[in-house]
Amino acid sequence: MLFLVALGFGFGPIYQKAGGGNYIQFLTPGIISMGILFTAIFSGIEIIWDRQFGFLKETLVAPVSRFEIMIGRTLGGGTVAAMQGIIILGISLVIGFRPENIFLLPLAFLFMVFIALFFTALGTAIASLLDDMQGFQLIMNFLLMPLFFLSGALFPLYGLPKIIGVIASVDPLSYGVDGLRGTLTNISHFGLFTDFFVLSIITIIILAIGSYLFSKIQI
Amino acid sequence: MIDVENLTKKFGNFIAVDNISFSVDKGEIFAFLGPNGAGKTTTIKMLTTLLNPTSGKISLNGNDPIKNQYEARCSFGIVFQDPSLDDELTAFENMEFHGVLYKVPKEIRRARIEQLLKFVELWDRRNNLVKNFSGGMKRRLEVARGLIHHPKILFLDEPTLGLDPQTRNHIWTYIKDLNKEEGMTVFFTTHYMEEADRVAHRIAIIDNGKIVSQGTPAELKQNTKTNLLEDAFLTITGKTIREEGVNTLDRMRMRRRFRR
Repeated sequence: MLFLVALGFGFGPIYQKAGGGNYIQFLTPGIISMGILFTAIFSGIEIIWDRQFGFLKETLVAPVSRFEIMIGRTLGGGTVAAMQGIIILGISLVIGFRPENIFLLPLAFLFMVFIALFFTALGTAIASLLDDMQGFQLIMNFLLMPLFFLSGALFPLYGLPKIIGVIASVDPLSYGVDGLRGTLTNISHFGLFTDFFVLSIITIIILAIGSYLFSKIQI
Repeated sequence: MIDVENLTKKFGNFIAVDNISFSVDKGEIFAFLGPNGAGKTTTIKMLTTLLNPTSGKISLNGNDPIKNQYEARCSFGIVFQDPSLDDELTAFENMEFHGVLYKVPKEIRRARIEQLLKFVELWDRRNNLVKNFSGGMKRRLEVARGLIHHPKILFLDEPTLGLDPQTRNHIWTYIKDLNKEEGMTVFFTTHYMEEADRVAHRIAIIDNGKIVSQGTPAELKQNTKTNLLEDAFLTITGKTIREEGVNTLDRMRMRRRFRR
């Protein structure tokens, strides 16, 4: 939220001068994605703790397939992360954000869910490989920050130096942010269909990889 | 009921469990004792499908935990050394969840939850959140929970660690009653030798990954010409303290103590 207020009102005038329009409108979908992203990945960190001291051990010993547990966890974490997104959306309305099209709100919600599911599954997949909390902090800094900053959440994706542009198109979050932005403010860089398509495919892939890694957990 | 043949577990070059063999009959209370780092927890993990053995055969109620994972998991219940309850749920909800996981039908489940919670004297606390329970209450709840699906075997990894004598007495009374009435097989590890002496039918002592002694408590005391199981244990395993490295689990456990 701090981001939204500080960057929004701080960069707002400059952005407007550069011809971009209302920065708050631009920024809000990015901030919503940020909230979802961090909540989702952190539900992954829960696994590392849970493995030893928590409930996860109980589920690992029960006659339930690892795949079912993984799906359950991803849905649960994803729900919490999506809720986070909705709350941020609500608060942003207070600050001055206005969605362009009320009827596209359910679609926006769908994109939020996609982002939530993808990153919860990613967090779970990474956590399945790690033994220790320290490793997770490292991943946070080297993976998460770049993912977030180069996803077009904070600045538009056109006119960028070639290499940043390439990274941004490989970054899964970019498609999520773009889709969200497209449904909320009608500005879309990749196009809504591309976003939807890409997100569905990578979410399925990451769920598959995550389940596999999760099933290999040995305590 | 439990048959283990030439079981080995290596972590890289380190041999945690070295070619052990033993069996536990139906209805027996079997104690698995050993100094720290001997391989007790590793063995239990292999028996309960949490770890894959490097080599060897295990049979739980006729099922191989590696090949028939599902049937094997249905046949046992386990109480872990570290609590594995969901702190944000009530006692009743924790029990419900376990029943659902183990596919116990609703009517039977409800009846058993009531019976078991009364058995461990937690029925009036059933709607309280587990995070407000004391260590002893949590452990009693875990024992009750492990029994919902009426397992043939109950594994307990240091079940009375850190509990007061009243609670310890209660827990062993429950377990002994169940063993007598239902013929449930019990496999446990502990450092409290007097408990093992009082409760166990047979004992195996593991040291450095190998089983160094097996028999009834009386036999072990006789062979070492001692009166207390603890003395017999010290005679068999020696008095030097075992070298152990601190692993990530110990570090997490220490951090956990600060959290509370």
